[in-house]
Amino acid sequence: MKYRLKIHVSLKLGHSDPEGETAARLLKELGYKVESVSVGKVYTVFLEAASRREAEQKAEEMCRRLLANPTKDDYMIAVEEMK
Amino acid sequence: MKRVDIKICILRVGGTNCDAETKRSFEELGAKADIVHVNELVKRRNLAEYSALVFPGGFSYGDYVRAGAIWAKWILARLGKELEAFVDDGRPILGICNGFQVLVEAGLLPAFNGISQQPEAALASNVRGYGCRWISLKHENMGKCIFTQKVPKGKVLRMPIAHGEGRFVFPKEKEKEFLKKLYDNDQLVFRYCTGDGEYAEGRFPENPNGSFHDIAGICNPEGTVFGLMPHPERAFYWWQQPDWTSKTRMPEYCDGKLVFESLIDYLERKS
Repeated sequence: MKYRLKIHVSLKLGHSDPEGETAARLLKELGYKVESVSVGKVYTVFLEAASRREAEQKAEEMCRRLLANPTKDDYMIAVEEMK
Repeated sequence: MKRVDIKICILRVGGTNCDAETKRSFEELGAKADIVHVNELVKRRNLAEYSALVFPGGFSYGDYVRAGAIWAKWILARLGKELEAFVDDGRPILGICNGFQVLVEAGLLPAFNGISQQPEAALASNVRGYGCRWISLKHENMGKCIFTQKVPKGKVLRMPIAHGEGRFVFPKEKEKEFLKKLYDNDQLVFRYCTGDGEYAEGRFPENPNGSFHDIAGICNPEGTVFGLMPHPERAFYWWQQPDWTSKTRMPEYCDGKLVFESLIDYLERKS
């Protein structure tokens, strides 16, 4: 089966996010009542796997091995089967 | 080992920089230094021929994913066993700027319990974005780090930084525990400070990136793997300093030389 993995990597709570803080400052300048902004990255991965479970496991593995640094990053994974 | 027999491997890949300055620094001290593309090293499998390895500065692979991450994982996948053997053999590895990021991402630093499967620290985005300027560093090491054995404890050194991702951090929940380990194992090497040697205490611009505990450089528990954000190879000759035109007399060399000299001295003493 073919799967689409959406992997969202973001900073853990408590780690400063200079890019988010800068964006928040400007959004406030522009008149929005913004409390805070956090910036992350989204990786969309197309992958062949035997099952949804295997696709999820692979995505976890990718985060551990490359896409996230556990010191500062959190990640969320969404798996979608492709027709 | 005789000085002329010392052979340093300076790795190169798309996006690395200052490899030429690093080579010249070693050659000025009478050692041999080769700039080797990583693909060559993979093809020839000859890492073991070298006395020491350097990951130079730059922005390898465009700093994609995280600075240093791609190169670190790539080299572990291709040369992991050779690299591990190199470290186990006590052969020195130096990581400058992007090289420091690579060593942290590869688990070679801080390596509290040997090479770690996952990074135990990170070099996150600077609090105030990219910065390129001269800064002051205080030498903190008690003698473990072989790259600073010629630097007296407490000495203030001047070197330039040039990075956007150099904010050294530990996992929040382990900050205290890991900092204690750095001190207990004598792994802390450089901290950012004022020109007079007062710790920056997180203040900008003395601490240029917001690093935890003003950390600018650390070594592994054995003292043979060392990474730092500042560039010692850009602070080797007197004429590399920003104030060379305004002073009438300056020593021929400047502070970065001490890092290269310490390494060469160590290799000479090693059988």
